[in-house]
Amino acid sequence: MNTGALIDWIDARVGLGPLAELAHKKEVPLHRHTIWYYFGGMTLFLFVVQVTTGALLLLYYRPGAESAFESIQFIMTDVQFGWLIRSIHSWSANLMIAALFVHMFSAFFTKAYRSPRELTWVSGALLLFIVLGFGFSGYLLPWNRLAFFATKVGTDIAGTVPLAGGFLLRFLRGGEDVTGATLTRFFGFHVAILPGITTVLLVVHVFLVQKHGMSTPEGIDRTRLRTMRFVPNFLLRDLIGWVLAVGVLAALAAIFPWELGEKADAFASAPAGIRPEWYFLFMFQTLKFIPAKILGVDGEVIGILAFALGGLLWVIVPFIDRIPGTRTSRVFTAAGIVVVLYIIGMTIYGYVG
Amino acid sequence: MADSENSDHKLGQTADNPNGRRRFLDFLLATSAGATLVAIFYPIFRFMSPPKTVEAAQNSVSAGKMSELPVNSGKIFKFGNKPGILVRTQSGDLRAFSAVCTHLECIVQYSSEKKQIWCACHNGQYNLNGQNIGGPPPRPLEEYVVNTHGDDIIVSKA
Amino acid sequence: MSQDQELPPAHFSKSITHRNLARTVATDRADFGVLSDEPETTGPLSSVTRPSTRRSSASRSSTSRSSRRLARIISLSIVLPLLTLGLFGLCYGQKKDSCVECHSQMEGELLEPVTHSKDDIHFSRGLSCSSCHGGDPTQDDPTSAMNKGKGFVGKPAPKDIPNFCGKCHSNADFMKKFNPSLRVDQQKEYLTSVHGKLLESGDQKVATCISCHGVHGIRGVKDAQALVYPLNVADTCGKCHSNAEYMAGYSIPHDQFANYKASVHARALYERQDLSAPTCNSCHGNHGAAPPGLASVANVCGQCHVRQSELFQASVHKTAFDTMQVGECKQCHSNHKIVPPGDFMIGTAEGSVCTSCHIEGDGGYVAARQIRGMIDNLSGRMDSAMAVLGKAERAGMEVSRPKFELSDATNSLTNARVLVHSFSVDEVEKVIKPGLETADRSEKAGNAALADLTFRRKGLGVSLFFILFVAVLIYIKVRQLESRHPGAESKPN
Repeated sequence: MNTGALIDWIDARVGLGPLAELAHKKEVPLHRHTIWYYFGGMTLFLFVVQVTTGALLLLYYRPGAESAFESIQFIMTDVQFGWLIRSIHSWSANLMIAALFVHMFSAFFTKAYRSPRELTWVSGALLLFIVLGFGFSGYLLPWNRLAFFATKVGTDIAGTVPLAGGFLLRFLRGGEDVTGATLTRFFGFHVAILPGITTVLLVVHVFLVQKHGMSTPEGIDRTRLRTMRFVPNFLLRDLIGWVLAVGVLAALAAIFPWELGEKADAFASAPAGIRPEWYFLFMFQTLKFIPAKILGVDGEVIGILAFALGGLLWVIVPFIDRIPGTRTSRVFTAAGIVVVLYIIGMTIYGYVG
Repeated sequence: MADSENSDHKLGQTADNPNGRRRFLDFLLATSAGATLVAIFYPIFRFMSPPKTVEAAQNSVSAGKMSELPVNSGKIFKFGNKPGILVRTQSGDLRAFSAVCTHLECIVQYSSEKKQIWCACHNGQYNLNGQNIGGPPPRPLEEYVVNTHGDDIIVSKA
Repeated sequence: MSQDQELPPAHFSKSITHRNLARTVATDRADFGVLSDEPETTGPLSSVTRPSTRRSSASRSSTSRSSRRLARIISLSIVLPLLTLGLFGLCYGQKKDSCVECHSQMEGELLEPVTHSKDDIHFSRGLSCSSCHGGDPTQDDPTSAMNKGKGFVGKPAPKDIPNFCGKCHSNADFMKKFNPSLRVDQQKEYLTSVHGKLLESGDQKVATCISCHGVHGIRGVKDAQALVYPLNVADTCGKCHSNAEYMAGYSIPHDQFANYKASVHARALYERQDLSAPTCNSCHGNHGAAPPGLASVANVCGQCHVRQSELFQASVHKTAFDTMQVGECKQCHSNHKIVPPGDFMIGTAEGSVCTSCHIEGDGGYVAARQIRGMIDNLSGRMDSAMAVLGKAERAGMEVSRPKFELSDATNSLTNARVLVHSFSVDEVEKVIKPGLETADRSEKAGNAALADLTFRRKGLGVSLFFILFVAVLIYIKVRQLESRHPGAESKPN
C-alpha cells in the first residue's frame, strides 16, 4: 500500500499542513527534568484506555439498583474477557490518577505555569477536578457495599458546605438519600457529562501545549539546550512507556483482579473501617483529625472550606507566582513540597492508622 | 562500506549491512507489534461477541414457563442466591414466595392435596398468601411479584 | 341542754380487734360450723348503728324538739355520707367479701390466699373465695361465714380436688359465661391419666389440679409467669418427678427433667425461645398425662416430625420394633435426652445405633453400611467441591453462582438424612443422586474457574512477552534512528 499517495489524497481534502508542521517542528528540550515530560502523554494514554474499556463495558453494564451489581457479575463471569476489560478499567483509573498527580506536580515544581502558559495550567487544574469526579462517580457504579457507603460519606461531607450544602447534597444524590436515583445520576455524570466537559478541556489543554511548546524549567541554561524532535524520537519513547503501561495493566488485571464485593443494601450497617479510594484519602484523613468544633464552627465545615480555598489557590497559582527568582517563587516551591509531603503522609496514615 | 560478502540468510548479523539490519528490525517490529495488537484486539473482539447466557440474572428472574407448570402445582426456582417457590393455584393464579421456611430455614414445598405450602422439617404450614397458619413457623413467607411475558413467568422482588 | 349524740369517730377495721377475732378462731378452728353466740358488738359499723342509749326520756322537753330535729338532721347528714364512704372504703367498691377482709388480717398460711388473689385469674373474672370454697362472704362472723350449711367446703383433701375444680370447669354452661372456647373435659381426661388413676386408688402424693396450676394465684395459661406456660412446664413437672425422695415409692426413674434439659428440644425452647418446641406436655399430654404407648411413639413424635414418622411407620422397623416393644423413635433417639442426630448414628461403625440390633452379615447390617456409605459419599463430594470453589474464589475468580448451586446439594443431603428413616437403600439412593450430580457440577465449575485462572496467567505471560519484546524493539528502533540521523537531536544554537 502506498502510504504516500494516501496521505496526499487526504491532504488535498483536509489540509494536513499544520499537522505536518507540528510533526516536524515540535521539539522537546533535553535536560535533567526531561523525564517528567512523559507523564502528560501517559495520563492522556491512560485516559484513552479508560474511554475504550469504558465504552466496551457500556455494552453490558446496566445502571439501576436492581441490575448494576448483577450486570458486573455477569461481565466478570459470563462475558468473554469481561474480567480483563473490567479489571483494566478499574486499575487504569487508579494509574491514570497517579500519572496525573505526577504530571501536575512536575509541572508545578518546574514552574511550567509561568506566562504564557497560565491557561494551560488552569485548564489542567480543572481537568484534575473533573478526573476526581470521574473517580468518585465511577466508584459507585458497581453498586456494592463499599461504594454505597463511600458515596454516602462523601456526599454527606459535600452537604456540610455552608449555604449551598443542602442543595449540593441533593444535586449529587438525586434526592435526600443515596438510592438508585443516585446511581443513575452518577452514571450520567460518568459516561456523558464529565466526558463532554473533559473533551472541551482536553482540546484546550493539548492545543495550548502544542501552541506554546514544552516549557523549560528555570535554572536550565537555555543557551546550551539540546532538543529532540517530537516526531518520531520522543513519540517513540512515549510509545515504549505506553506499551509497558499496557503490560502493567494486563498483569494487574490477571494477577490482582478487581473485587466485586457484596451487593449494596441500604438497610445494612456500614462495614467497619470504611474509607475512600487512595486519591481522596488524604482529605478524608485530614477531616478526621480536625477537632469537632473550632471557634464554634463545625470542624468539618472548616476543613471543607480550607480544601476549597486550597483548590482555588491551586487553580490561580500562575497569577500569583509570576516572576522567576523572587521570594514568592521560592515560597511557592517550598509550599509545594509541603503539600506533596502532606498528601503522601496523610495517605499512608489513612491506610496504616 | 565493506563488501556485502555475507549471505542473505544472515540479515542483520553483519556490522556492515545497516540496510539489512534495519529491514530486519523493521520486520521484527512490525510482526511483534502486529502480534501485540492482535493480543489486544482479540479479547476486545471476543468481549463484544455476545456470551452464551445473554443476560445478567437480575432481581427479576424467569422462574419457568406457564406451559410447564400445571394447575395446582408448585416448583422451586433460583431467585438471586436464595430458593423461591412458584405456585400455580387450583384457580390458575400464580404466586411466588421465598422458599426458605421462617422456622429453621428448610426449603418448603407445595402440597397439592392440602393446597398449601408445607415444610417437611417440622410440619410447618403456610397458606397460599404465604401466611404461616400451622406448626412452628413464626412469620409468613416473603412474597414476590409475578408477571407473565408470553409463556415465561417472571418473578421479581416486591 | 340537749345532749347531742356524740358519735364516736367511725372506726372501721380497728373495731375488729385482734384479740376478739383470735379468740373466735382459736375456739372454732376445728369445727367451722360452730360459732359462738357473742352479740354483734364488734362489727365495723357497730359503733354507728348501735342505738344510742344515753338519752333518758326525762330529758326530752318541748324545747328539745327542734334541737332533736336538728340533731337528727345533723346526725343523718353525717351518718349517711359516712355510711356510704364506709361501705365503699371497706368493700373495695364491690360487694362485701368477709373472707378477704378477715384473712387479710392474718398471717402465714392464712394470709397467703389473699396475697395471691391479685394474680389469680378467677378473681380477675369477678369470682372470689366463696365461688370455690362456698360459705357466705356477706357475714362477718366466721361461724356464719364459714358455715357448712351455706356450702362451705374449706380446704379439700387431695382426693377431692378434681371434683372441687371440676365443679365449675366440667360444667359447660357455667364455663360458657367466662370463656366459651375453654375445654370442659379436663377432669375426665385427668381420670385417664397415671396421676388420676393413682389418685383413685388412694395415692394422695400424685399431682392434682393444684400441683400444676397452683392453688390461689392461678394464672391463665398464656401468662408468662403461669406454672403451665410452655417455658415453665418442665420445671413444674420436675418439682415432683426429679425429686428422688418424693418419687422413692414409684417404679419410674427421676432423671427425665435432667435428661430433657440436655436435649435439642430444651435448647430450642429455652435458648431460642421457640415456644413451638416440645416440652413435657407436648408428648405426654396435659391432663391425661401418661407416657405414650410403645407402639404410639412415632405418632407422637410425628406431630412435628411428620416425614420421619411416616417413613418409619411404612418401613420394616415399625412391626419389628413394636413386636420387640422398644418404643419406636425412642430406641435410637432416646425419649428425653434427645441430642442432635448425626451421620455417626447410621452405619456399622463405633457409635452407630444400627449395631444395637443388627449383626454382621444380616440384611439390616448391609443396608446400614450402604446407606451410610452413600451419605458419606455425598458429604465428601460436597466438601471437595466447596474446597475447589474456595480456592478459586481466593484466587480472585468469580464463583458465586456455582457456590449457590452447591447449596442445592445441601438440600439433597438433608433429604437423604430424613430418608434414612425408610431404612431402604433404594429410597435413599433416589435422593442422593441429584445431590451427587449437583456436587459434581459445582466441582467442575470450580475446576473450570481454576483452569481459567491458569489460562489467564498463561495468556498474561504470552502477552507480556510480546509487549516487552515490542518495547525493546521500539527502543532499539529509536537508537537506530538516532544513530542514523544524528541531526534528530539539534544542537544548541
